[in-house]
Amino acid sequence: MSTVMTAKLDPQATLVGLAEKKPERVTLVVLSGDMDRVMAALIIATGAASMGMRVTMFFTFWGLNALRRPGSSGRATDWLRRMFGVLNKGGADRLPLSRFHFWGLGTRMMKRVMQQNRMPGIPELMEVAKDLGVTFIACTTTLGLMGISKDTLVDGVDQLAGVSTYLAEAKDAQVNLFI
Amino acid sequence: MQKDVVLDTLGLFCPMPIIKTSKKIKELTVGQILEVISDDEGIKKDMPAWCETTGHEYLGLEEQVNGGSIHYKAYVKKSR
Repeated sequence: MSTVMTAKLDPQATLVGLAEKKPERVTLVVLSGDMDRVMAALIIATGAASMGMRVTMFFTFWGLNALRRPGSSGRATDWLRRMFGVLNKGGADRLPLSRFHFWGLGTRMMKRVMQQNRMPGIPELMEVAKDLGVTFIACTTTLGLMGISKDTLVDGVDQLAGVSTYLAEAKDAQVNLFI
Repeated sequence: MQKDVVLDTLGLFCPMPIIKTSKKIKELTVGQILEVISDDEGIKKDMPAWCETTGHEYLGLEEQVNGGSIHYKAYVKKSR
Protein backbone atom coordinates (compact mmCIF):
# COMPACT_ATOMS: atom_id res chain seq x y z
CA MET A 1 0.00 0.00 0.00
CA SER A 2 2.66 2.49 1.07
CA THR A 3 4.83 1.74 -1.97
CA VAL A 4 1.96 2.60 -4.27
CA MET A 5 1.55 5.92 -2.48
CA THR A 6 5.25 6.82 -2.88
CA ALA A 7 5.13 5.99 -6.55
CA LYS A 8 2.17 8.31 -6.96
CA LEU A 9 3.89 11.21 -5.25
CA ASP A 10 7.04 11.09 -7.36
CA PRO A 11 8.21 14.74 -7.30
CA GLN A 12 9.66 14.45 -10.79
CA ALA A 13 6.28 13.50 -12.19
CA THR A 14 4.55 16.37 -10.36
CA LEU A 15 7.01 18.86 -11.82
CA VAL A 16 6.43 17.55 -15.33
CA GLY A 17 2.69 17.94 -14.76
CA LEU A 18 3.13 21.53 -13.67
CA ALA A 19 5.37 22.40 -16.58
CA GLU A 20 2.80 21.79 -19.27
CA LYS A 21 0.26 24.53 -18.79
CA LYS A 22 -3.25 23.27 -19.37
CA PRO A 23 -5.96 25.73 -20.36
CA GLU A 24 -8.16 26.84 -17.51
CA ARG A 25 -11.69 25.52 -17.59
CA VAL A 26 -15.12 26.99 -16.98
CA THR A 27 -18.41 25.11 -16.73
CA LEU A 28 -21.87 26.64 -16.63
CA VAL A 29 -25.10 24.83 -15.82
CA VAL A 30 -27.89 26.69 -17.59
CA LEU A 31 -31.11 25.60 -15.89
CA SER A 32 -32.98 28.82 -16.49
CA GLY A 33 -34.71 29.61 -19.76
CA ASP A 34 -35.07 33.29 -18.93
CA MET A 35 -33.57 35.59 -21.55
CA ASP A 36 -31.65 37.72 -19.08
CA ARG A 37 -30.13 34.75 -17.27
CA VAL A 38 -29.18 32.89 -20.44
CA MET A 39 -27.67 36.13 -21.72
CA ALA A 40 -25.53 36.50 -18.58
CA ALA A 41 -24.42 32.88 -18.98
CA LEU A 42 -23.48 33.45 -22.62
CA ILE A 43 -21.60 36.67 -21.84
CA ILE A 44 -19.54 34.84 -19.22
CA ALA A 45 -18.98 31.91 -21.59
CA THR A 46 -17.86 34.02 -24.55
CA GLY A 47 -15.74 36.25 -22.30
CA ALA A 48 -14.00 33.23 -20.80
CA ALA A 49 -13.46 31.64 -24.20
CA SER A 50 -11.82 34.80 -25.52
CA MET A 51 -9.55 34.77 -22.47
CA GLY A 52 -8.27 31.40 -23.62
CA MET A 53 -10.32 29.25 -21.25
CA ARG A 54 -12.09 26.03 -22.22
CA VAL A 55 -15.81 26.51 -21.69
CA THR A 56 -18.61 23.94 -21.36
CA MET A 57 -22.25 24.92 -21.11
CA PHE A 58 -24.58 22.25 -19.77
CA PHE A 59 -28.22 23.00 -20.62
CA THR A 60 -30.98 21.42 -18.56
CA PHE A 61 -34.70 21.96 -17.83
CA TRP A 62 -35.84 25.40 -19.09
CA GLY A 63 -32.36 26.19 -20.36
CA LEU A 64 -32.97 23.61 -23.11
CA ASN A 65 -35.40 26.06 -24.71
CA ALA A 66 -32.38 28.08 -25.86
CA LEU A 67 -31.17 25.04 -27.82
CA ARG A 68 -34.54 24.30 -29.45
CA ARG A 69 -35.33 25.30 -32.98
CA PRO A 70 -37.86 28.11 -33.04
CA GLY A 71 -41.43 26.93 -32.94
CA SER A 72 -40.47 23.29 -32.85
CA SER A 73 -42.49 21.16 -30.55
CA GLY A 74 -41.26 17.83 -29.31
CA ARG A 75 -42.47 14.56 -30.68
CA ALA A 76 -43.74 13.20 -27.40
CA THR A 77 -46.05 10.21 -27.73
CA ASP A 78 -48.12 10.65 -24.58
CA TRP A 79 -50.64 13.50 -24.43
CA LEU A 80 -49.30 14.93 -21.14
CA ARG A 81 -45.89 15.68 -22.57
CA ARG A 82 -47.35 16.72 -25.89
CA MET A 83 -49.45 19.28 -24.02
CA PHE A 84 -46.32 20.39 -22.21
CA GLY A 85 -44.58 20.90 -25.53
CA VAL A 86 -47.41 23.11 -26.72
CA LEU A 87 -47.23 25.29 -23.60
CA ASN A 88 -43.43 25.39 -23.36
CA LYS A 89 -42.30 26.98 -26.59
CA GLY A 90 -38.67 26.79 -27.62
CA GLY A 91 -36.31 28.98 -29.60
CA ALA A 92 -33.34 31.13 -28.57
CA ASP A 93 -35.10 34.23 -29.85
CA ARG A 94 -38.28 33.56 -27.87
CA LEU A 95 -36.97 33.38 -24.31
CA PRO A 96 -38.91 35.58 -21.85
CA LEU A 97 -37.38 38.01 -19.38
CA SER A 98 -37.31 36.76 -15.77
CA ARG A 99 -39.03 39.99 -14.72
CA PHE A 100 -41.14 42.54 -16.61
CA HIS A 101 -42.07 40.03 -19.29
CA PHE A 102 -45.69 41.33 -19.22
CA TRP A 103 -47.08 38.69 -21.61
CA GLY A 104 -44.33 39.48 -24.09
CA LEU A 105 -44.58 43.25 -24.14
CA GLY A 106 -41.74 43.92 -21.68
CA THR A 107 -39.47 41.41 -23.42
CA ARG A 108 -40.21 43.00 -26.81
CA MET A 109 -39.36 46.42 -25.43
CA MET A 110 -36.10 45.14 -23.98
CA LYS A 111 -35.16 43.53 -27.31
CA ARG A 112 -35.90 46.80 -29.10
CA VAL A 113 -33.60 48.72 -26.72
CA MET A 114 -30.87 46.10 -27.19
CA GLN A 115 -31.16 46.34 -30.96
CA GLN A 116 -31.00 50.14 -30.87
CA ASN A 117 -27.80 49.88 -28.83
CA ARG A 118 -26.29 47.24 -31.13
CA MET A 119 -26.22 44.73 -28.31
CA PRO A 120 -26.13 41.11 -29.46
CA GLY A 121 -29.20 39.04 -28.61
CA ILE A 122 -29.30 35.38 -27.51
CA PRO A 123 -29.07 33.87 -31.05
CA GLU A 124 -26.12 36.11 -31.94
CA LEU A 125 -24.33 35.39 -28.65
CA MET A 126 -24.84 31.66 -29.19
CA GLU A 127 -23.27 31.98 -32.60
CA VAL A 128 -20.29 33.87 -31.13
CA ALA A 129 -19.96 31.17 -28.46
CA LYS A 130 -19.92 28.38 -31.07
CA ASP A 131 -17.41 30.37 -33.10
CA LEU A 132 -15.12 30.62 -30.06
CA GLY A 133 -15.33 26.87 -29.46
CA VAL A 134 -17.67 26.79 -26.47
CA THR A 135 -19.09 23.28 -25.97
CA PHE A 136 -22.87 22.94 -25.72
CA ILE A 137 -24.20 19.90 -23.89
CA ALA A 138 -27.90 19.07 -23.69
CA CYS A 139 -29.05 17.03 -20.70
CA THR A 140 -30.68 13.81 -21.89
CA THR A 141 -32.82 13.22 -18.80
CA THR A 142 -34.60 16.55 -18.97
CA LEU A 143 -34.93 16.28 -22.76
CA GLY A 144 -36.93 13.12 -22.15
CA LEU A 145 -38.84 14.56 -19.21
CA MET A 146 -39.95 17.60 -21.14
CA GLY A 147 -40.77 15.66 -24.30
CA ILE A 148 -38.16 17.39 -26.44
CA SER A 149 -36.79 15.14 -29.17
CA LYS A 150 -33.14 15.61 -30.13
CA ASP A 151 -33.96 16.25 -33.79
CA THR A 152 -35.73 19.46 -32.78
CA LEU A 153 -32.52 20.91 -31.29
CA VAL A 154 -30.32 23.39 -33.15
CA ASP A 155 -27.21 22.18 -34.98
CA GLY A 156 -24.65 23.59 -32.54
CA VAL A 157 -25.28 21.02 -29.79
CA ASP A 158 -22.04 19.08 -29.35
CA GLN A 159 -23.13 16.36 -26.96
CA LEU A 160 -26.14 14.77 -25.37
CA ALA A 161 -25.08 13.68 -21.92
CA GLY A 162 -25.83 13.36 -18.23
CA VAL A 163 -24.56 14.30 -14.82
CA SER A 164 -21.33 12.26 -14.97
CA THR A 165 -20.18 14.11 -18.05
CA TYR A 166 -20.87 17.40 -16.33
CA LEU A 167 -19.06 16.40 -13.13
CA ALA A 168 -16.06 15.03 -15.01
CA GLU A 169 -15.66 18.49 -16.53
CA ALA A 170 -16.55 20.44 -13.38
CA LYS A 171 -14.11 18.68 -11.04
CA ASP A 172 -11.16 19.94 -13.05
CA ALA A 173 -12.59 23.41 -13.72
CA GLN A 174 -11.64 26.60 -11.91
CA VAL A 175 -15.01 28.32 -12.42
CA ASN A 176 -18.30 26.44 -12.08
CA LEU A 177 -21.53 28.40 -12.26
CA PHE A 178 -25.17 27.40 -11.89
CA ILE A 179 -27.57 29.75 -13.63
CA MET B 1 1.11 56.14 -28.14
CA GLN B 2 2.73 54.19 -30.96
CA LYS B 3 0.66 51.39 -32.48
CA ASP B 4 0.72 48.94 -35.39
CA VAL B 5 -2.93 47.94 -35.70
CA VAL B 6 -6.14 49.73 -34.66
CA LEU B 7 -9.32 47.93 -33.60
CA ASP B 8 -12.49 50.02 -33.50
CA THR B 9 -15.13 48.69 -31.07
CA LEU B 10 -17.08 51.93 -30.66
CA GLY B 11 -20.74 51.34 -29.81
CA LEU B 12 -20.15 47.73 -28.73
CA PHE B 13 -20.84 46.49 -25.23
CA CYS B 14 -19.24 43.84 -23.07
CA PRO B 15 -18.19 41.17 -24.04
CA MET B 16 -17.77 42.21 -27.69
CA PRO B 17 -14.65 44.45 -27.32
CA ILE B 18 -12.79 41.61 -25.57
CA ILE B 19 -13.97 39.00 -28.07
CA LYS B 20 -12.91 41.17 -30.99
CA THR B 21 -9.56 41.85 -29.29
CA SER B 22 -8.90 38.14 -28.84
CA LYS B 23 -9.59 37.55 -32.54
CA LYS B 24 -7.61 40.55 -33.75
CA ILE B 25 -4.51 39.78 -31.68
CA LYS B 26 -4.12 36.51 -33.60
CA GLU B 27 -3.49 38.49 -36.78
CA LEU B 28 -0.54 40.37 -35.23
CA THR B 29 3.04 39.18 -34.95
CA VAL B 30 4.79 39.03 -31.57
CA GLY B 31 5.95 42.48 -30.48
CA GLN B 32 3.34 44.43 -32.44
CA ILE B 33 1.06 46.83 -30.59
CA LEU B 34 -2.74 46.80 -30.88
CA GLU B 35 -4.83 49.86 -30.12
CA VAL B 36 -8.40 49.07 -29.07
CA ILE B 37 -10.83 51.99 -29.20
CA SER B 38 -13.99 51.66 -27.12
CA ASP B 39 -16.63 53.86 -25.53
CA ASP B 40 -17.50 51.22 -22.94
CA GLU B 41 -16.01 52.29 -19.61
CA GLY B 42 -15.69 48.65 -18.56
CA ILE B 43 -12.65 48.34 -20.81
CA LYS B 44 -10.57 50.24 -18.24
CA LYS B 45 -10.66 47.18 -16.00
CA ASP B 46 -11.42 44.48 -18.56
CA MET B 47 -8.42 44.99 -20.82
CA PRO B 48 -5.78 44.67 -18.04
CA ALA B 49 -7.64 41.59 -16.77
CA TRP B 50 -7.74 40.07 -20.25
CA CYS B 51 -4.02 40.73 -20.71
CA GLU B 52 -3.17 39.17 -17.36
CA THR B 53 -5.08 35.99 -18.21
CA THR B 54 -3.90 35.64 -21.79
CA GLY B 55 -0.26 36.63 -21.20
CA HIS B 56 -0.15 39.71 -23.42
CA GLU B 57 1.41 42.93 -22.20
CA TYR B 58 -0.91 45.76 -21.16
CA LEU B 59 0.75 49.06 -22.05
CA GLY B 60 -1.86 51.50 -20.80
CA LEU B 61 -4.96 53.46 -21.59
CA GLU B 62 -5.68 56.91 -23.02
CA GLU B 63 -8.94 58.77 -22.54
CA GLN B 64 -10.18 61.15 -25.19
CA VAL B 65 -13.23 63.36 -24.74
CA ASN B 66 -15.09 63.18 -28.01
CA GLY B 67 -18.14 65.40 -28.01
CA GLY B 68 -20.46 64.04 -25.34
CA SER B 69 -18.76 60.68 -24.92
CA ILE B 70 -15.35 59.45 -23.83
CA HIS B 71 -13.33 57.25 -26.14
CA TYR B 72 -10.94 54.87 -24.39
CA LYS B 73 -7.85 53.72 -26.22
CA ALA B 74 -6.26 50.64 -24.72
CA TYR B 75 -2.81 49.47 -25.84
CA VAL B 76 -1.83 45.82 -25.90
CA LYS B 77 1.50 44.37 -26.97
CA LYS B 78 1.33 40.87 -28.41
CA SER B 79 3.70 38.82 -26.27
CA ARG B 80 3.29 35.23 -27.41
